[in-house]
Amino acid sequence: MAKNKSLGRWLISGPPLLYLLIFFAIPTLIMAFAAFRFPGDYGGLLPFIDINPESGKNELLIHAGNWQEFLTFENFSRFFEDTIYVELFIKSFWYAGITTLVCLCMSYPLAWLIARSPKKYRDLLILLVILPFWSNFLIRVYAWMIILGPQGYFAMTINQGLALVGIAPIQLMYSHFAVIVVLVYVHLPFMVLPLYANLEKHDVALLDAAQDLGASGWRRFWKITWPLSLPGVWAGSALVFIPALGMFAVPDLLGGTDGMMIGNLIKQQFLDSRDWPFGSVLSIMLTLAVLMMAGLGMMIGRGRQRNAL
Amino acid sequence: MHSKQSKWLWAAAIFVYGFLYVPLIIVVAYSFNDSKLNAEWVGFTFKWYGLLLHNEQMLVAARNSLIIAVVTSCCATVLGTLAGLAMHKYKLRILPILVLTPIAIPEILMGVALLIFFVMLNMTLGLVSVTLAHIAFCIGFVAIVVRSRLQGMDEALVEAARDLGASPIQAFRLVTMPLIMPGIIAGALMAFTLSIDDFVITFFTAGAGASTLPLQIYSMIRIAVTPEVNAISTLLMLLTLTLILIASKVAPSALRAK
Amino acid sequence: MALLEIRDVVKQFGDFTAVNHVSLSVEAGEFFTLLGPSGCGKTTLLRMLAGFEQPDSGEIILDGVNVAGVPPEKRPVHTVFQNYALFPHMTVAQNIAFPLKMANVPSEELKQRVAEVLEDVQLTPFAQRFPHEMSGGQRQRVAIARALVNRPRLLLLDEPLSALDAKLREEMQIELINLQKEVGITFVYVTHDQGEALALSHRIAVMNKGQVAQLDVPEVIYSHPKSRFVADFIGQCNLLDGTIVGIGHDRMQVEIAGVGIAETLLLPDAKVGQKGTLTLRPEKIKLAASLPLDVADEVHFKGKVHDCLYLGDVTMYVIELENGILVETMLPNSAPGRAKFFDDNDLVELAWRYDAGHFILS
Repeated sequence: MAKNKSLGRWLISGPPLLYLLIFFAIPTLIMAFAAFRFPGDYGGLLPFIDINPESGKNELLIHAGNWQEFLTFENFSRFFEDTIYVELFIKSFWYAGITTLVCLCMSYPLAWLIARSPKKYRDLLILLVILPFWSNFLIRVYAWMIILGPQGYFAMTINQGLALVGIAPIQLMYSHFAVIVVLVYVHLPFMVLPLYANLEKHDVALLDAAQDLGASGWRRFWKITWPLSLPGVWAGSALVFIPALGMFAVPDLLGGTDGMMIGNLIKQQFLDSRDWPFGSVLSIMLTLAVLMMAGLGMMIGRGRQRNAL
Repeated sequence: MHSKQSKWLWAAAIFVYGFLYVPLIIVVAYSFNDSKLNAEWVGFTFKWYGLLLHNEQMLVAARNSLIIAVVTSCCATVLGTLAGLAMHKYKLRILPILVLTPIAIPEILMGVALLIFFVMLNMTLGLVSVTLAHIAFCIGFVAIVVRSRLQGMDEALVEAARDLGASPIQAFRLVTMPLIMPGIIAGALMAFTLSIDDFVITFFTAGAGASTLPLQIYSMIRIAVTPEVNAISTLLMLLTLTLILIASKVAPSALRAK
Repeated sequence: MALLEIRDVVKQFGDFTAVNHVSLSVEAGEFFTLLGPSGCGKTTLLRMLAGFEQPDSGEIILDGVNVAGVPPEKRPVHTVFQNYALFPHMTVAQNIAFPLKMANVPSEELKQRVAEVLEDVQLTPFAQRFPHEMSGGQRQRVAIARALVNRPRLLLLDEPLSALDAKLREEMQIELINLQKEVGITFVYVTHDQGEALALSHRIAVMNKGQVAQLDVPEVIYSHPKSRFVADFIGQCNLLDGTIVGIGHDRMQVEIAGVGIAETLLLPDAKVGQKGTLTLRPEKIKLAASLPLDVADEVHFKGKVHDCLYLGDVTMYVIELENGILVETMLPNSAPGRAKFFDDNDLVELAWRYDAGHFILS
């Protein structure tokens, strides 16, 4: 019977486990390993196994004597030697940070309002937040290309307004502004949902009690609602910040030359300059950054929660 | 709550809803505009939809997307359901990590890792590589929906079935399976939409071999903004909306999982 | 031989011993109850009978067969679950047919037996309904019908009435007694409600901390609790600490500190100087402004009214004895007119027959 049980266990967990090992875990490890290798002559990686010019057969070329010709830390030192890479990381953090902050400011009142509206409308109001999110990501980016494009009504109106006060027309497309607006647009529901899930659970009686004890509206918010909602704030921030950090399509389409992020550089290394080892270094750095942010968010979230209690 | 505060809140909420919907409405509206530019409104027309039907590249891309999405959805549903069951039933540490990280990390990381992997295996990038990649990231979403459905199920039901004479397999087939079916269907629909919508991972794993609708849209909007894109976008939105409506009928709770 | 024998069964979850060397036997046709507070091990014991848990040691013998290692579906035992566990995607008829289908009963016979059982529980008109379309009491009856339809040797009931409101619970208790009489199947019933246990059972095993504290018929459990725990758990009970000071031929004297001497039934192995507790049910105590002192066989004390609680049919008076000990007594409100005989701080006298109470050695 015990044998049967473990057989069933492997029949159930085996297939997905195997699939994800092959198509997620192993590729990720290979990528991590690629960061220590040299690029090949025609892009990609310098192969370990290749045709030996002497024997004309496929042979393992790497051995104890020559491993330095195949493995290196050079790709990592290159990352730190030139400041443009670190600067690009900082800029990406800045983009993702601003995006997160704007998402938070826009989502909080909305989430609060939905959480306080009558029960029968709540699901509908939340569905309305999610619905646009289900349309294709590129369509959502494209929509802003129309709006911000020089012939769009929005851009024209703004420039006409600026002309009235004597300022030269500005370009909205291909700017920091465009990148951040669209990053906010595509990530907004990620912030609203966890905030709403948190605020919905708040006990209204707490606010009544605070009011009863003489706290004013703002004080009530900062002393009660805000600290209690921090777990939701941190969850939402992580859900916005992490994907925003790795974004490449938005800056690609709307950012122009100035609006590059880490994602664009990674894409460049893999698809344009075909320098896989350095692309892998960048990916590893991005992974570390994500892990760091996730860990930081979790730590602050926990600490704050304890303080709030 | 003071009514003044309430007014501000409502204003903020209406602003956010407007922010969410106006861009999409613009896309739909311009798809009926009789002008090559997405600027002035000239007149109503269906011609962009007509053009779409004669756009060979677009039709191929649509066919590819559909094939990939159907295969992905089938495979990911089976594997994701198994993963959901396993996560619910067994305390295997590694499985949740493997299932959930692909969802949590930026998509680009999975994209490049799979690119290296497929090239190292000497695989020709194309429909197959894209489908394999899509399955890998859809498993997690299906697993989450199925697991939440299992968590909502009364454990005693399976025990009752056993108690009344059902073998473990009969109990699964007659009780567990019908009860988690809405979750499985919702998961399948979700995998389908995720696959048909995916851009980033497809971008890295498709190579020159296979264009999909998102890739097609991407290459079109990189060059120029044309009303044809509006038309295909509108159609895609309609498709997703239909799928969501079906999903909400089958399993209302599933909508919140994404 | 008994239908069910539990021999020295032990079950541990990690460090926690849920069932600790329990032995008991249940006769065929009996209505047997496992009674105890939550965490006393009664549910674990039931789950071992059903086959959901395996005992760490000891034997469970059903019909002369050791059922250790037999999976639940192979045991002639069915369970009525606490929240009924009706299959929500099946109709009432399908739910009831489930165990018959599992037993491969031919379809003609299956239909007939489902119809019969539906008749028994008066649910024939509801056969095609789904569980969520039915009331709590109706669902309860479906659960019982489903567990009975395949005529198990043993029916296990896990707090089946706890989800119902008080009124309905009383009705269902009567239905359960009648049903058990009718079908003649052995019931093992788990509950934490002592009233329910007293009303329904032929025999009760009171459980505490994984062990059987007392196993007997309801009357004995109620009137002669073997331990402080049982006395306290079953109904209202006064517990007066005291020491044996004298032993006669059929009774003994117990000194209750600061109050006086009370006579009580002789315990066979009692010795002078032993300490213990006198248990006394409130309804066995007489209470009046003054009581005749010299009635034979009666114990007599003075006190004053500390509190009174009007409960409708009776009023509970809490009397403070001279040393500050509180004693609960009850007076029925049977007389017309005044429902309340005393007020707070009234001086009163108490008396009880020497055999009304019961001394437990500690």
